[in-house]
Amino acid sequence: MTMLRYLSQPWPWYIAGPAITAVMLALLYSGKTFGFSSNLRTICSIAGAGKKVPFFQFDYKKQYWNLLFLLGAIIGGFISQQWLTPPGQLQLSAGAIRDLQALGIPFDGQLLPEQLFGTQALLSVRGWIMLAGGGFLVGFGSRYAGGCTSGHAITGLSMLQWPSLIAVTGFFIGGLIMTYLFFPLIF
Amino acid sequence: MLKGIRFIITGIAFGIIMSKSEAVSWYRIQEMFHFRSFHMYGLIGSAVLLGIATVWLLKRYSIKDRHGIPITFTDKTRGWKRYLLGGSIFGLGWALTGACPGPIFVLLGQGFPVMLLVIAGALSGTYIYGELKDRLPH
Repeated sequence: MTMLRYLSQPWPWYIAGPAITAVMLALLYSGKTFGFSSNLRTICSIAGAGKKVPFFQFDYKKQYWNLLFLLGAIIGGFISQQWLTPPGQLQLSAGAIRDLQALGIPFDGQLLPEQLFGTQALLSVRGWIMLAGGGFLVGFGSRYAGGCTSGHAITGLSMLQWPSLIAVTGFFIGGLIMTYLFFPLIF
Repeated sequence: MLKGIRFIITGIAFGIIMSKSEAVSWYRIQEMFHFRSFHMYGLIGSAVLLGIATVWLLKRYSIKDRHGIPITFTDKTRGWKRYLLGGSIFGLGWALTGACPGPIFVLLGQGFPVMLLVIAGALSGTYIYGELKDRLPH
């Protein structure tokens, strides 16, 4: 019980960061490469996208392992939520609370703001822009860049790949443009 | 199937790490883009630094994987346009949804049904990229 309570605390970066490296190494040891967004392409191919678009014609059976990894990620989220959720609020910095307050998003102490991620979000245009639109940008951008945070920021930078450094720079350019230019318009 | 279990277990570990580090939190991503906390930078930075060291060691000592095949690293295709443009588009979405592809699925497991809409969006985005691929600068 004490162990579970211990694990339920939010993990500091210096524990969780190396743990992410361990995930990358575990996959390398199994002869695979850590890259999550490839799954989106695989799912499109399984759904039959290859009939129309050549990009989705590839031997996706070789990617089944990654879909199992994806399944595990969903289970991991479930386990965390069921058994490893700490009591109390998310410890967000006072500065971030003020920044969000200024945008009209009060900090509610949850992992995600209920007003944006509750099911009622589906009833607003803003909710659709954020969820469907944001998802679209993530899917389009990760495939265009050839990888996401796992493939470029973690794996690519670990391999000292210039393209990955450019991609990660792009992640931040886009993120900052959204945060400082578009957020005041959306919220 | 049995040999696939290792990937499910690795995925579970990943889901728990993403959850417990709060990297799945929309608030934490906002905090990162507002430079209000070191947390996310420490998380990615320490993962990368340790990654650089271990990848160097794997190469240096030609470490083999569990099948006895030497672990090799394929270089990413050269160029910059696709990385800068694609990366920036990805960044727009990352800040907006507060989640990159992994966390989107972790959050679904955490019990946020609206993530299904994000997943639908991400799959459409991937599909449209496939459709437009040859017309985009790479």
